[in-house]
Amino acid sequence: MSVPATLTVNGTAYPVDIDPHMSLLEAVRDVVGLTGSKEGCDDSECGACMMLLDGKPVNSCSYLALQADGREITTVEGLADGEELAPLQRALLEHGGVQCGFCTPGMLISATALLRSNRDPSEEDVRIALSGNLCRCTGYTGIVKAVRSVRSAAASAT
Amino acid sequence: MTRSFASAATLEDALSALGAGARPVAGGTDLVVGARQGKAPLPDSIVAIDRIPELGGIADNNDGLRLGALVTHEEIVANELILKRFTALADASAIVGSHATRAHGTIGGNVMNASPAMDTGGPLLCFAATARLRSASGERMLPLEELWTGPGKIAADPAELLVSIHVPAPAPGTGSAYVRLEYRRQMEIAIVGVTAVVRLDGGSVAEARIAITALAPTIRRVAAAEAALTGSDGGKDAIAAAARAVSAGSSPISDVRGSADYRAAMAGVIARRTIETALARARGEHVSVPASAATWAGAGAATWAGAGGAAR
Repeated sequence: MSVPATLTVNGTAYPVDIDPHMSLLEAVRDVVGLTGSKEGCDDSECGACMMLLDGKPVNSCSYLALQADGREITTVEGLADGEELAPLQRALLEHGGVQCGFCTPGMLISATALLRSNRDPSEEDVRIALSGNLCRCTGYTGIVKAVRSVRSAAASAT
Repeated sequence: MTRSFASAATLEDALSALGAGARPVAGGTDLVVGARQGKAPLPDSIVAIDRIPELGGIADNNDGLRLGALVTHEEIVANELILKRFTALADASAIVGSHATRAHGTIGGNVMNASPAMDTGGPLLCFAATARLRSASGERMLPLEELWTGPGKIAADPAELLVSIHVPAPAPGTGSAYVRLEYRRQMEIAIVGVTAVVRLDGGSVAEARIAITALAPTIRRVAAAEAALTGSDGGKDAIAAAARAVSAGSSPISDVRGSADYRAAMAGVIARRTIETALARARGEHVSVPASAATWAGAGAATWAGAGGAAR
């Protein structure tokens, strides 16, 4: 039996009617229709599905969609301001932090969460925070550099 | 049976749903992941308990700590009192999963899933934690060593919900640590884990509690290791004797993460590092949380950051 709920994704409220077992990832991709978040492992190993739930990172493949009813969900589509990329997105492009791009939505969300809780993370902080996000191209060096460059900009702006 | 889902607004709602056969979900980091991995299908009837206010919060009572079942690992690591007086618990919560796991995974879920490899179990056991279980018909307190009966098995009835965990305040002079053997720093499950809680009194070990993780069907204390340390000066020989007792007292399995022989051998190594760290903290020395990272660096290996630096 499906259950009605409201999923608020990137500031827009979507009324949905979904199965109790449906994951947040399935609901956002297949019901809401935002396909930026990816399904990699589907059991919380790889982080490709990572979203923010009330501002905190969550592996959405392993979170029941109905539990997100009424909470704020942020996906990779919500990071840019219209056509204007977020600083972290620009940094990934500049530092060659995108290869096949499959891990990128989760990486961006994970790094966004890190930079919100720690404005000046060390290289080790970045590597530890992103270690729940696997890059199948193994392009970690560019990704870490990109996150560090945003950190430096944010730290020097304050 | 048709599937059903309800989000409980009050504890009473949750308890009546459990009484009618529903299963609880909080952060979903065990229940949903387990279903995805094919360990057990998701229950037909689910009650979400993550919005019940009285299940949350860390309270510092005069006689100890009250951890609401919904307290997340992130909250535990950010709590000053836990970092200072229940340091081993912070060591454990700091290395559970990734930051996404720690933001949603709860201490209650950890305790009730009863994994013999859970990081927080050894510290809770050594601090003599008790579970407050409630059902529609009443409430009882159960020490964790009585709650855990086997891998994934607990002595609680399905109609009972863990409301909170109570941890008595350790006596002055107590230091503690939890260290695990790990192949990677995050998204890891303990290959071997050891907890030590020690109390020093005038240069000798007045009390020692030592527990093993991922080395037996349940997380459990090792009496022979505790006896080897208690009354000693906490020096090299006493630590070595306790570490040997930990290794002898383990009964590990072989699986994809390590053979039984390897685990038993490493049990002694990890025990030594854990006991050294707990004693150092009892003496007032600062060892950063998580101890797993700190002791790895101290053991002469490169830290993560150091290894990255050397590669450049």
